[in-house]
Amino acid sequence: MNTRLPHGSIPILSSEKIDVRYVAKLARIALTDDEVERFGTQLADLLTHVDALAQLDIASVSATAQVIESRNVLRDDLPRPGLDRDVVLAQAPASQGGFFRVPRIIAVKGEAS
Amino acid sequence: MSGTTGAAAAGYEAVIGIECHVELKTQTKMFCGCLNEFGGEPNTKVCPVCLGLPGALPVPNLRAIEHMIRSGLAFEAAIPAFSKFDRKNYFYPDMPKDYQISQYDMPLTQGGVVRYWLEDGTIKECRLVRIHLEEDTGKSTHAGSGDGRIAGSAYSLVDFNRAGVPLMECVSEPDIRSAEEAVAFLEALKRTFVQLGVSDVKMEEGSLRCDANVSIRPIGAHELGTKTEIKNMNSFRSVQRAIDSEIARQVALVTSGGRVIQETRGWDEVHATTHSMRSKEEAHDYRYFPDPDLPPLEVSENTVGWLRVELPESVIRRFTRYTGEYGLNVQQATQLIDNPSLAEYFDACVALSENPAQSVNFVLGDLSRLANETGVAIYASPVVPKHVAELIALLDGKTINSKIAKDLLERMWSGGGSPKAIVEREGLAQTSDPGAVAKFVDQVLAANGDAVAQYRAGKTNVLGFLVGQVMKASGGKADPALVQTMMTQRLA
Ligand SMILES: [Zn+2]
Repeated sequence: MNTRLPHGSIPILSSEKIDVRYVAKLARIALTDDEVERFGTQLADLLTHVDALAQLDIASVSATAQVIESRNVLRDDLPRPGLDRDVVLAQAPASQGGFFRVPRIIAVKGEAS
Repeated sequence: MSGTTGAAAAGYEAVIGIECHVELKTQTKMFCGCLNEFGGEPNTKVCPVCLGLPGALPVPNLRAIEHMIRSGLAFEAAIPAFSKFDRKNYFYPDMPKDYQISQYDMPLTQGGVVRYWLEDGTIKECRLVRIHLEEDTGKSTHAGSGDGRIAGSAYSLVDFNRAGVPLMECVSEPDIRSAEEAVAFLEALKRTFVQLGVSDVKMEEGSLRCDANVSIRPIGAHELGTKTEIKNMNSFRSVQRAIDSEIARQVALVTSGGRVIQETRGWDEVHATTHSMRSKEEAHDYRYFPDPDLPPLEVSENTVGWLRVELPESVIRRFTRYTGEYGLNVQQATQLIDNPSLAEYFDACVALSENPAQSVNFVLGDLSRLANETGVAIYASPVVPKHVAELIALLDGKTINSKIAKDLLERMWSGGGSPKAIVEREGLAQTSDPGAVAKFVDQVLAANGDAVAQYRAGKTNVLGFLVGQVMKASGGKADPALVQTMMTQRLA
């Protein structure tokens, strides 16, 4: 069965190296050079720690997508009251005419539908 | 010249794959109880879940899951016993959580095939990679630049009414070879989704959005060329034009020594061309991972079995039944299929009359005309299939002619009831008695000496006029075939 994945995926990061600037960019966090240095070391330590898993024999463990045991927690297709718009917009930094007002969007939208 | 014809002339063929997003028709959104409705005042169908407020927990809509499975089954997809939701991470203001709930490596449906037909009736196949379930984003309007476009806008306005609406993404294999096929493929998807009631599939309301991956390769080659992804196609017509234009652009590029670069290109309806949408070349890195808020789904064989049994006859099966078994032409078959209630009505008429040719004439002809004129749908009119079958039997048995049949239909439409009863009550049965018909013929010949002379002088087209006079004299009841024969004999 063909289970081709949506594009835009990357393999799991190797713990050898971590590009802190890249990760920061994805998370929209501005880091100073000092921070890049500091967090790079910390993240590398973390990944080394996680790498300990590679030492274990996991032949008898099946792949797990979820740590919780529940399955099929679903709801019927029935409406429920939502939030009042005034309440919603009162929490936004800016609004206009019933819309959220956000800073201008610079980048072209990626894979959003 | 279409892009495909041009490509073939230059020794190339196009290879096209489609990715389309279809909004599911449910009462409520995918993970919350807010209404799933098009339009309305901005931000009036929102709650903590679809606004992505901290601590809010999504709970999947059972109906949407059923829609997905039924859609997959309609295209013979596999329904895995286990599937799950994943987070697709990226930032965009109309996506409040900064991730979209989607399905990455374990979608609800896998594989499948869409069978569709072209205008000439040729049946084609396009395999599906998968159909997966995700949530729609909100809508943003770019204000301040005057034309609603991103470039130059001062700020953006966001409405989250659409955020969290269930969306299925269908991804096809690159089995499509022309813009015409791409449109026919989309029409087939649309027909099936409408028939299943899983979506309204209105491109103008954005409930169907599609992108096309287009590449070209020398005819006969197996390797795929570099593809571009075409976006911003807002109608079937723009899909056709955009793909044609992109094929032509790639062929012109390659035949003049250039090469296609992999990129996203937007279709510009006004200038009838695609343009590169690359801003900064930024690789997408969505860091998919299983959504910890959503337990996985297990779909039992039993559930799949039930949903499969309840599926209606597939659209392509209906098409082959109509064009094959019933001998309808492609246009008639398509017209019926595109109007499911009309098709049901037609099927009922055929079941009772066993005469598909006459049934389709009445359903798509006089009955459709009456429906248009009166604004009443055929199935809601007093004319029931049983009466249509009776009418066909009266015609087949030559009890009435087609002129009387037409009149009868009008009377049935206004509540006349059984055509057989009307015919008996009002003595409308066709006169096939040679003696009676001969009387009318002789009468007309005697009264139209000029026409008779003209006919004998070689102007044989007055025959129609003379036959018409006989029909008139008989009150429309004479058997027209008999009149014609008798008249020709007398004039010889
Ligand atoms: Zn909601």
